[in-house]
Amino acid sequence: MTNSAFALPASAAGTLRHHPLVVRYAPIVTIVLALIAIWYVAAVMMNLSLVRGGFEREETPYTVSELIAGTMSAERPLLPAPHQVIAAFADSVFGYAPNAPRSLVYHSAVTLSATLLGFVLGALFGIGLALMIVHSRVLEKSLLPWIICSQMVPILALAPIFIVVLGAIGLQGLLPKSIISAYLCFFPITIGMVKGFTAPDPMQLDLMRTWSATPRQVLAKLRWPAAVPYLFASLKVAITISLIGAIVAELPTGAEAGIGARLLAGSYYGQTIQIWAALLASAILASGLIGLVDLTERGVARQMGMRP
Amino acid sequence: LNPRRRRLGFILAAAAVLSALVLPLSSEAVATLPARPILWALSLAAALLFAASAWTGGWRGIALGFAGVLCGAATTLVLLRDSGIAGSAAAGFWTIVLAVWLGGGLCVVQLASQRPRGDALRRALNLAVPLLFGAVVFYLWEVLVRGFGVPPVLMPSPSAAAARFASSLPVLGQDFVQTFVRGVLIGYVIGCGAGLLVAIVAQRFAFLGRGLLPLGNFFSALPLVGVAPIMVMWFGFDWPSKAAVVALVTFFPMLVNALAGLSASGHMERDLMRSYGADHRQMLMKLDLPAALPFIFNALKINATLALIGAIVAEFFGTPTQGIGFRISTEAGRMAIDMVWAEIALAAIAGMAFYGLVALAERATTFWHPSYRT
Repeated sequence: MTNSAFALPASAAGTLRHHPLVVRYAPIVTIVLALIAIWYVAAVMMNLSLVRGGFEREETPYTVSELIAGTMSAERPLLPAPHQVIAAFADSVFGYAPNAPRSLVYHSAVTLSATLLGFVLGALFGIGLALMIVHSRVLEKSLLPWIICSQMVPILALAPIFIVVLGAIGLQGLLPKSIISAYLCFFPITIGMVKGFTAPDPMQLDLMRTWSATPRQVLAKLRWPAAVPYLFASLKVAITISLIGAIVAELPTGAEAGIGARLLAGSYYGQTIQIWAALLASAILASGLIGLVDLTERGVARQMGMRP
Repeated sequence: LNPRRRRLGFILAAAAVLSALVLPLSSEAVATLPARPILWALSLAAALLFAASAWTGGWRGIALGFAGVLCGAATTLVLLRDSGIAGSAAAGFWTIVLAVWLGGGLCVVQLASQRPRGDALRRALNLAVPLLFGAVVFYLWEVLVRGFGVPPVLMPSPSAAAARFASSLPVLGQDFVQTFVRGVLIGYVIGCGAGLLVAIVAQRFAFLGRGLLPLGNFFSALPLVGVAPIMVMWFGFDWPSKAAVVALVTFFPMLVNALAGLSASGHMERDLMRSYGADHRQMLMKLDLPAALPFIFNALKINATLALIGAIVAEFFGTPTQGIGFRISTEAGRMAIDMVWAEIALAAIAGMAFYGLVALAERATTFWHPSYRT
């Protein structure tokens, strides 16, 4: 779509309004700008009484412009203004050495390592389970309903138990968190891959049979390639769930490092700006991870000779 | 399943039960099986039934096998009531467990490979297989935990969790009302309602829709539960903060799905409506919304799980002294793991019931959709 945008002859793109890039991005930019404007207004309104109280306690006279400036720079605002969040984010990313406990890079790295380890474990487990289910009618009938049921269960509620149980047998730190991540993210992969492995239609399976292909060959040459689009669709869901799992796993455990720990510490000490900065970090992490999966998908698709 | 292998499996199961008659039941000095007449008879019956099942095929073989499994399971569960056996079970005990496992597994495998003719029978079988599979898993969990004497702090037996569940119903009821009725339901209605409304508005104004769709996709991929501490700060410790988190978490999936659904109606149908002179409102009520229902229900189902997770996580950041998440984190801190499991069972039941209700409503309202036609 973007290619055609650049290839457009000048006459057709005569008016800027109808340029495909404008048509595509103008609404997004407008809404983002509107959201930021609303955020600023909300910040003023929510912090107003806080700032006014501060002025009145010190019994200094104040003007409206001072009041509004105060709402933009409060130390512990109810809602920090966007520029405060970005400043705090930039400060905690670039202001400290990457391994300092106050650096967001350090906390993000802790959460990221748990996320990635959990994601890899969950993906392997999920694909393995899907393989077993596809090849065994018994497992499909007996295990799959339980897996689907467990989708409806708030699995995150299990997080503290896992931490306690694993802590009691001497596992601490990275692994319990990754196990929670893995536990959370293997479901979409299993479901997606079962769908993917069963995607080839009977005709294709029959064709493989006429070539007297072994089950392993059917898997390698037909089922696996057919499942690749499903794999990436579920990987995208899984990696965000994995990140959520890693963050939430840091909450009930009183972890010392990680984005979840930053959130918890921020809420204990009323450091709202710190919470928002941590949220921003998690958003960037999430979109980065999805982008990574997306890039891999495109690379694999090109390798497999799929046309874009 | 190869019939020869099946026969071998059942013979092995029968032999295992018989061997329990001579092997020691516990590492401590306890009465042997022949010294307990009822259990002796029960285990003998199990062995005979397994043996009978080995030489009988089809449904009768399955029934005989299950009777044997029941006898064996009953024997082990009664044996565990002996304090000399619980925690220090030995070879004799475990051979019966092994036999039950083997027999139960074989029966489930056989049952799953049956292809009954009747529609009702097939449906019953599709329900029975996973239930029996689950029963075997729960049995093994129970027997392993109690036979090896795993400390309840690590992993309670299902029966202990169930007993705790039954004995603390009032507390569980309170937590259910606090977390589910107040936090989840209110937030769910607000979040899904707002998502749907915004989607309807965005469908009316194409510019808005083109901007909201990518943003909604982006936001629904973010770890939004992270806003929980902020909501707790804004709305206090009680249920409004939980409802706010739930509303936020459920908003974006609904927005994205409803936006996709509202543009699902085809050109032909739109043209037909226009030729009837339908105005925008009639178009929405009679065509677009019904056509969007499958998508809306998809979001409602996704959100049913998300909502519970959101509410429980929000409770980790502060609650009045009740609620599922609060109870889980405090009881986990006090090492009362059986209570934690009881709460998890509550959350699981609530989650499944919620999901089931949404699915039922979906069947009732989108019965016309191809995926339900047979």
